[in-house]
Amino acid sequence: MNLGLLVFYFFAALAVVGGLMMVTRKNAVHSAVYLVLTFIAIAAIYVLLGAEFLFAVQVLVYAGGIMVLFLFVIMLVNLEEPRRYSGGKLHLGLSTGLTLILFGMLAAVFVKDAPPAAPVAASGGEGNLQLVGALLYRNYLIPFEVVSLLLLVAMIGAIVLGRPRA
Amino acid sequence: MAIPPEHLMILSLVLVAIGITGVLIRRNVIIILMSIELILNAANINFVTFSRQWNNLVGQIFGVFNITVAAAEVAVGLAIVIALFRNRETVNVDEMNLMKW
Repeated sequence: MNLGLLVFYFFAALAVVGGLMMVTRKNAVHSAVYLVLTFIAIAAIYVLLGAEFLFAVQVLVYAGGIMVLFLFVIMLVNLEEPRRYSGGKLHLGLSTGLTLILFGMLAAVFVKDAPPAAPVAASGGEGNLQLVGALLYRNYLIPFEVVSLLLLVAMIGAIVLGRPRA
Repeated sequence: MAIPPEHLMILSLVLVAIGITGVLIRRNVIIILMSIELILNAANINFVTFSRQWNNLVGQIFGVFNITVAAAEVAVGLAIVIALFRNRETVNVDEMNLMKW
């Protein structure tokens, strides 16, 4: 077993543990911190997969921006939670069971139709950042602008919704 | 260093399952939004995996778009949570059964 695979298993385990703790913790701030752990582990996996640009975006946008927003809101709304889980034992069991069924079906499809383990081609002098940037601004310029418009609309919407009622 | 694509896909599947379970069983809206973020991240792992296996960078472009949409979703979602809390003094989804009050 080579080193890269071991590093991948380490970060995959970290991501899964972070996700599990995020869902099960009682305190919402603890959940947010465990989610940061998951995001950092996923960012490390991006590096292993040779996606340096996504690594940078993941760390900056998710671990930096979105989680700060979450923490702000958690501290803004007070969180006394008499019961953590919704519904009774039946609801809990049904939810977990249905998720496991979905997991099994998708796992069967995924393992059957996995892409071939193609060798990673060496990039010809240019790094991942240059290649992604060129593709983003040449072939995907219109979607890029549409996404910027989406962000503007989301920003205006958030301001309108968060404004105190006159 | 070759990570088998199946392992990456199973990792993303595990994260999706955790996220779906979180959406279904928790009562706190903020935790539910965080679970949705986890689901989007798991989808992103799949995008990057396929991008690498087929040696095609478009998967990473879609990963960037995915993160942008997630950021927009969180901004609007948390604004809705704030508005709800201002009106109802609760972040419990079981008590939110009206669109208007």
